[in-house]
Amino acid sequence: MTIAAQNLSIGYRDRLVGSGITISLRESESLALLGPNGGGKTTLLKTLLGLLPPREGEVTLNGAALSAIPVRERARLIGYVPQVHTGTFAFTVETVVLMGRTAYGSLFSRPSAKDFAVARQMLERLGIAHLAQRSYTEISGGERQLVLLARALAQEPRFIVLDEPTASLDFGNQGKVLSEIEALAGAGLGVLFTTHDPNHALRAAHRVCLLRAGAIVAEGKTKQMLTRENLEALYGAAVLPVSDSARIAFLPG
Amino acid sequence: MRRSALTGLTISLLLLAAGFAIAFLVGRFPVSLADVLSVLWAKISGQPSGVSGAVETVVWQVRGPRVLAAFLVGAALSVAGAAFQGLFRNPLVSPDILGASSGAALGAVLGIYFSLGVVAIQAFAFIGGLFAVSAVYLIGSALRMRDPILVLVLAGVVIGALLGSGVGLIKYLADPYNQLPAITFWLLGSLAATSASDLVSLFSLIAAGTFVLLLLRHRMNVMSLPEEEARALGVSTGPMRIAIVAAATLVTSASVAAAGIIGWVGLVVPHIARSLTGPDFAKLLPVAALLGGSFLLVIDTIARTAATIEIPLGILTAFVGTPFFIWLLASMQKNWS
Repeated sequence: MTIAAQNLSIGYRDRLVGSGITISLRESESLALLGPNGGGKTTLLKTLLGLLPPREGEVTLNGAALSAIPVRERARLIGYVPQVHTGTFAFTVETVVLMGRTAYGSLFSRPSAKDFAVARQMLERLGIAHLAQRSYTEISGGERQLVLLARALAQEPRFIVLDEPTASLDFGNQGKVLSEIEALAGAGLGVLFTTHDPNHALRAAHRVCLLRAGAIVAEGKTKQMLTRENLEALYGAAVLPVSDSARIAFLPG
Repeated sequence: MRRSALTGLTISLLLLAAGFAIAFLVGRFPVSLADVLSVLWAKISGQPSGVSGAVETVVWQVRGPRVLAAFLVGAALSVAGAAFQGLFRNPLVSPDILGASSGAALGAVLGIYFSLGVVAIQAFAFIGGLFAVSAVYLIGSALRMRDPILVLVLAGVVIGALLGSGVGLIKYLADPYNQLPAITFWLLGSLAATSASDLVSLFSLIAAGTFVLLLLRHRMNVMSLPEEEARALGVSTGPMRIAIVAAATLVTSASVAAAGIIGWVGLVVPHIARSLTGPDFAKLLPVAALLGGSFLLVIDTIARTAATIEIPLGILTAFVGTPFFIWLLASMQKNWS
């Protein structure tokens, strides 16, 4: 399966954010979206998720228009992990993850035994099963991020889209989420995530897309695309590469 | 704190039993619990009750309809409040957020102004409530902005203000000796005029709306997430929002039509219910309904017995609700900081 878009224009009713965007995501690969603030990362993400209609062009899933797929069916194919939020109501972690099973029940049905089992399984997979009965509003930001990831996994999707999954996490939790992303792609899912840190893309993405002012300025294998020149051009700021024989990392200059 | 549905249900059922007992027993005409039970049993079994005719009249015809109406209205307002608070992702929202009360008020006040009968006044109130919410919803849908919830709330505020000035105009024009007192009394909320015949329409409307909300309880959990998340989880948020608003408006309008404007119940009771059961609507809705019913049973008993004249319900609920609301604000501030 492939999510693809050619010559896509993205934006809101009153504002064009980007145009001429061509992007694709296959199963078993992870793709990182990098770019400065206001470059259109989140808008592109929402368009690819089908949450925002494209201004021009079409997002396709295996050749079929995404907009023609009912929301329920779409939710079984693409999982969405939003930026961590605090939540308004103190649902238990288990209830939050069970919401990931919405697309598998009928309008009036309650979660089935299978739904509970899947939710449990996803919590265990991410090592947070002990939080199941805790309230979502009372756990830490890193734990909340994992809960939202567990909810997306409970959708049993083919693709998973994460909006700045590492943004509000401490160093240890960043590593945890990045290895999870790696593991998801290893397990056959197509993973798309945005990040502000090129090192996170180096750590977990097979491919990167560099997005600046609503246009893709470079796209390709992570190691080939993430060079000092490309990053300096992307962010309009100095970048310091640090490397040993095997690996490279970047410090903000 | 671990909250359990069973504890919440048990507590609210006990409170409800207490509420019913208080509402039946307290009053100017002394009635014992045994009297009440034997009258009720007599009505169920068809046997003669063995209590005096006066007692039977008080239990079955005077207090009975009023007690049932108090329960229904309290339950309805609380269920609608819980639904709206979830839908608007804001715990400070009340059932009249979309103008149901102001629409109903204008309808009822018009009915009184044109000297219509009780049934017509209630019908006017009901239609007014539905009309106001429909107008708010149409305006909210016409102005397509990024945050549909915020647009709805703002449209509700604006339409509510407009309808409020309509009520003001009619009060200004109304006959100050006959109509104005009736209007004022109705606007403050009362169950004094409830008759057994009102109960049928009140019950069926409230039951229908509550039933829909109960059916949708698991979808309502998802609807309390940000719009885009709910859609990404597979919910068609537009139709689902219409269904929830329609059901909650139905029960609100029905109760406002029957009892006038009773504030605060729909704001306060869902919070108490949530503190017992947690926010999961599958557990929250039944407990909110039972607690709301018991709350209004007690309030209505105070309203008819505390003074030589009836105290309007809206005034009593405001006395309870205002301190609660301030406490709520203070405790939320603690959470936010």
